[in-house]
Amino acid sequence: MKDSYVTPDGRTIGGVLMDMRGITLRFGGVEAIKDISFDIREGEIRAIIGPNGAGKSSMLNVISGFYHPQEGEVWFRGAKRPTMRPYDVARQGIARTFQNIALFEGMSVLDNVMCGRLTHMKTGIFSQALWHGAAQREEVENREAVERIIDFLEIQAIRKTPVGRLPYGLKKRVELARALAAEPKLLLLDEPMAGMNVEEKEDMSRFILDVNDEFGTTIALIEHDMGVVMDLSDRVVVMDYGRKIGDGTPDEVRGNQEVIDAYLGVAHD
Amino acid sequence: MFYREAGDFKTSYEADSQTFPIKFDRYRFWAVLAVAYLVIPFIINDYWANAILVPFLIYTIAAIGLNILTGYCGQVSLGTGGFMAVGAYAMYKLMTAFPDVSVVIHVFLAGGITAVVGAAFGLPSLRIKGFYLAVATLAAQFFLVWLFNKVEWFYNYSASGQINAPERFVGGIAVTGPNTDAWAKYMICLVFVTVCAIVARNLTRGTVGRKWMAIRDMDIAAEIIGVNPLQAKLSAFAVSSFFIGISGALFFSVYLGAVEVGEAFGIQKSFLVLFMVIIGGLGSIFGSFAGAGFLVLLPVALKVIGVDLLGWPTDIVAHLQLVIIGALIMFFLIKEPHGLAQFWRIAKEKLRLWPFPY
Amino acid sequence: MSADFLYGIEVILNGLMAGVLYALVALGFVLIFKASGIFNYAQGVMALFAALTLVGIMEGQVPFAHMINAIFGTEIHHFGWHVPALLAIFLTLCVMVAFAWAVQKFVFRHLVGQEPIILFMATIGLAYFLEGMGDLMWGSDIKTLKVGLPQGGSRWIEDMTSGLGGDDFYGFFIDKLDMVATVVAAILVMSLIAFAQYSKQGRAMRAVADDHQAALSVGISLNFIWVLVWSLAGLVALVAGVMWGAKSGVQFSLSLIALKALPVLMLGGFTSIPGAIVGGLIIGVGEKLFEYTIGGMIGGATENWFAYVLALIFLVFRPQGLFGEKIIERV
Repeated sequence: MKDSYVTPDGRTIGGVLMDMRGITLRFGGVEAIKDISFDIREGEIRAIIGPNGAGKSSMLNVISGFYHPQEGEVWFRGAKRPTMRPYDVARQGIARTFQNIALFEGMSVLDNVMCGRLTHMKTGIFSQALWHGAAQREEVENREAVERIIDFLEIQAIRKTPVGRLPYGLKKRVELARALAAEPKLLLLDEPMAGMNVEEKEDMSRFILDVNDEFGTTIALIEHDMGVVMDLSDRVVVMDYGRKIGDGTPDEVRGNQEVIDAYLGVAHD
Repeated sequence: MFYREAGDFKTSYEADSQTFPIKFDRYRFWAVLAVAYLVIPFIINDYWANAILVPFLIYTIAAIGLNILTGYCGQVSLGTGGFMAVGAYAMYKLMTAFPDVSVVIHVFLAGGITAVVGAAFGLPSLRIKGFYLAVATLAAQFFLVWLFNKVEWFYNYSASGQINAPERFVGGIAVTGPNTDAWAKYMICLVFVTVCAIVARNLTRGTVGRKWMAIRDMDIAAEIIGVNPLQAKLSAFAVSSFFIGISGALFFSVYLGAVEVGEAFGIQKSFLVLFMVIIGGLGSIFGSFAGAGFLVLLPVALKVIGVDLLGWPTDIVAHLQLVIIGALIMFFLIKEPHGLAQFWRIAKEKLRLWPFPY
Repeated sequence: MSADFLYGIEVILNGLMAGVLYALVALGFVLIFKASGIFNYAQGVMALFAALTLVGIMEGQVPFAHMINAIFGTEIHHFGWHVPALLAIFLTLCVMVAFAWAVQKFVFRHLVGQEPIILFMATIGLAYFLEGMGDLMWGSDIKTLKVGLPQGGSRWIEDMTSGLGGDDFYGFFIDKLDMVATVVAAILVMSLIAFAQYSKQGRAMRAVADDHQAALSVGISLNFIWVLVWSLAGLVALVAGVMWGAKSGVQFSLSLIALKALPVLMLGGFTSIPGAIVGGLIIGVGEKLFEYTIGGMIGGATENWFAYVLALIFLVFRPQGLFGEKIIERV
């Protein structure tokens, strides 16, 4: 495969950012993921699709360090990744959102998004205790970065609102803002449009495309809405019962007989 | 009409993250400080210092400490009494071993020692959560009290098993020992409260505080944004115990002067400070002041009303006090889990919009 | 057999009997926790309150006598009658059921769906309330509880076993009251398990423990179940209060048995009835043995903390306790 190429809409897709090699994940006797390999290239939008229980979320949890596969290797930015806890994965530059929103309900929107920048903030506890000097300078610098993201996602008006009071659609957007605030190299989105109406889905799609376009962020997402997936993504991995049954551009995947069977069902004889 | 944000434009992010975003609040804050530092020391007498103000200030420090752990980081601790005892005994050993060093330094060192002990007892918090942890902190409470009771080195082999604070001076004025003036006791506690409150406020509005609150609200999500849970919890235990240690040191050296560990730092003390935090408001520095003030004043008020005015026997009033405190705790948890601080916040919110609430 | 070894066995026997009582108190915790997710710190104070009420009823004390006297300047203390033990126990049980109903109606109904730790703190408040209430109602002086239980060491066992060792061994010293308590506790534990397993209400209780909403949707009244479990906890408290009260008098320290039961629960797991029993026995034997073998060397009175430290160390390696369900964290 070529090292880099240009998509029909003019974006440059770079070399391999993340490479999953022969991942197998078992819970007790159940194999949730069976020997799956795929890669994510720099700058692309990569979708993982499949019916319920196919192992998509487990795959995302392997990437973000919640689950540790029994077999296989994870390569990130050209190096094999050792077994890591999620906070180390975050410090490597991988951010994510969750299927069921995982925001900090007790904090304001601003604080939630500021939390996304924790990996960029280094002042020690003693400097923090005094506040003046390094700690305050750092706070202000990071606040500026956060405000850019708040502007970008159009959530200025709810900046100081406690997250617990927000409606579902806005919470999803705040969670995206928190993930973006980390300026991740790889952004993982677990069903970013679950439970949304058509309008909200359109908004969210636009934000995902804009993020990819403006910041050049590589995005891997899980989504059920086929229309959205086919429109958004550059390449698609299809999973079924923990196996990979398809991998390629949306058009290639659409024509794949196994994928059609998995989605439409097939008569067993 | 002057309680408004309008017209008070913030032009920098520094200004936006300050403690009192409304001008009137800032003025009031300075006014309270001025009264505390410039007026009260001149009018204070022994009764006010010993019955109300000194215990109020010392309990406030303990409540701030516990609030950091429980209110901000979400780890419930029932070991406060034990950690206060660590501060008190560290203070005693330091005062007797290094009589030439200033007690101010001793108090901070006592806090530091307590921080180390607190962090050690915080280690299981990585594996144990919720009330399993709350019960586990009881191990700290019982073990520490037993330790200070049984190991004679801690009380310098004194026959009574008590520790007594020797007389020490700050700038030529006695702050510990039997000849301390009421105003001197008050002032040294006030200085420590001021420092502790500012430090606590700074920690909770910045990165460290966000890490704690992230762990409190959802530990899985906290990990995904790069918070190391062990580090965050241990720092909360350490900082919390630092404050609690300072309050224990002051409680022993400045307030009581002589201490028997089981009596002064038993499990009842742990509950008392926890109640202060609940009634004042979890996750609020102001609430720590409010809660400590409330629970210091309540017994005094009940005594004045019940014993002095109505002439009831003291034991009945004491039992009534238990009933009232228990009922209040349940009331607050049902009606307003954020405590007195939330009432205050709602009142301010209303005032800000008054007279046009919509 | 050497005398030391035999005395060790005596320590274990006494530990086992103390353990059964711990298990009994712990069982009160488990019942409420399983059905409502409430970790009831007030269990110990409930035992104290039950014992106080029992004594008060038997002696014919006037409730709130001190307070009434203080307010109205009267001099009342007793009604002047004595209630037989069995009737008094029945009346006390009625009081505990009424208490269960009130707790459910005025406190925990308003806290449904709150986090467990909030509920826990509410029960600490309840403990304070009930402690003050008990003292106000019946006075805070130490009372003796005489319900006709045997007292003192059993001569018979002492005589029977004195031949086992050499001249240094005088036979096992075993308190008769402890033996009665052990038998009663064992019967109560078994009947509670039978109730939970085989009765209609027991099944409903387990359904509620499993999933509130699902239980609600098949027509189980949550309110009824919760009042029921609080009443059962009241029954357990009463039995524990009678046993402990007969042994060392009805006084404040009785409520501290709750603090003894907490490590039992940590060890056994908060949701497991067998866990409460095994945990109670382990703690009972463990703390007596530790005090017997090592306690003397380090100053004694290790019973105050040994159970906690044991439970703490144990929990670090197995956070769900001996029999608790494994906590699986889903992302």
